[in-house]
Amino acid sequence: MLPTPSTSHVPYERVYEPAEDSFLFLDTLSSGSETAFLQKRFSKQSPTLTSTQSSSPFVVELGTGSGVVLSFLHAHAASILGRQDIITTGVDVNRFACKATVETVRAAEQEQDARALSHGFYLGNILGDLTGFIKLGQVDLLIFNPPYVPTSELPRLPDEEAKITTAYERDSHLLSLSYAGGMDGMETTTRLLQSLPEILNSSRGCAYILLCAQNKPEEVKKQIKSWGSKWAVDTVGGTGKRGGWEKLQILRIWRTQ
Amino acid sequence: MKLLTLNFLTCAVKACKSSSASFPLHPKDCELVSDTIAPNPQLVYNVLPRIDWNALVTTASELGFPTLPATAPTKEELENDEKMMKELHTLLLETSVSEGILVCGNCGHEYRVKEGIANFLLPNHLV
Ligand SMILES: C[S@@+](CC[C@H](N)C(=O)[O-])C[C@H]1O[C@@H](n2cnc3c(N)ncnc32)[C@H](O)[C@@H]1O
Repeated sequence: MLPTPSTSHVPYERVYEPAEDSFLFLDTLSSGSETAFLQKRFSKQSPTLTSTQSSSPFVVELGTGSGVVLSFLHAHAASILGRQDIITTGVDVNRFACKATVETVRAAEQEQDARALSHGFYLGNILGDLTGFIKLGQVDLLIFNPPYVPTSELPRLPDEEAKITTAYERDSHLLSLSYAGGMDGMETTTRLLQSLPEILNSSRGCAYILLCAQNKPEEVKKQIKSWGSKWAVDTVGGTGKRGGWEKLQILRIWRTQ
Repeated sequence: MKLLTLNFLTCAVKACKSSSASFPLHPKDCELVSDTIAPNPQLVYNVLPRIDWNALVTTASELGFPTLPATAPTKEELENDEKMMKELHTLLLETSVSEGILVCGNCGHEYRVKEGIANFLLPNHLV
């Protein structure tokens, strides 16, 4: 078991607290089958470069919240991806989540340093909506634990210029952004799925996205299969079937050629 | 935010996506900080083949760093050029933007960097 990063400094009144979904991500990414898949996919052998030079994977987590998932992957890059020379960055619409992630990654790096172990190269966190400002075709590995709870409305994105009424209102708005997914809980995830083909690297691009049962995972998978034979999708992690259905599951979506 | 981040960022405005002028964004009034990082030649070698060298040259010159060569050095060249290795180590790994503005060369929109965090949330009329 790889150690879970410390998040004791995170203000949970306005940043999503690590929960069952977060831990499912840690378990799935560090499972034997996923580390085998990732290590093969990102192995250093590359036909176009010399044997000792191989282009660093670019890893992006959307919606980092506390930073627990990104810092886990970042700190344990050598165990999970088979290489420590990865470039990592995180994105969140919540400025406090961005700040918390910076702290969490820093703490995880210090833990690794203290034990003379390696970690990735973290660029920092960006305040933003999904991937709209990331150069196309660059992301090799994308992670997203989205706001997935079905709600009658999707909360508006934060506007830093807008006048805030009270800190309490601001905090509850930020927390609503962490779980509220609008119709079928899929409004944000659908937007991200639509951008995947252009955002993911055209040869090694790969994404892990969490869904809950109300998101209609089978329909989502059917949708991705309709992208054609250059894409594959599989359920690679879940909370276990209860009463015949999986409460949470993680899809792996990847380019096959 | 590491200076290298600029190699992965473009303008968030949809209409700018097709314009080559939206990449790289141009730093304006930026405050830079430098963290000391232990030499990591393997990381530098493996970062080089995946970045847009021309964009890095632009960013480095706009921020007043020593002029970079027109083409990216190879690993073999770097192994024999301590000075260049050191410059790239500083530029790619150690330098961060803590405060300032990133400007789109196409639409002129300005993205603010505050406490090392760049804000790419667009005002409503640009979404
Ligand atoms: C379920 S939480 C996951 C947090 C963390 N990754 C974890 O696993 O514990 C969802 C996160 O996504 C962020 N988020 C919501 N909508 C977003 C969007 N459009 N773009 C980027 N992040 C978003 C929220 O602020 C929140 O931090």
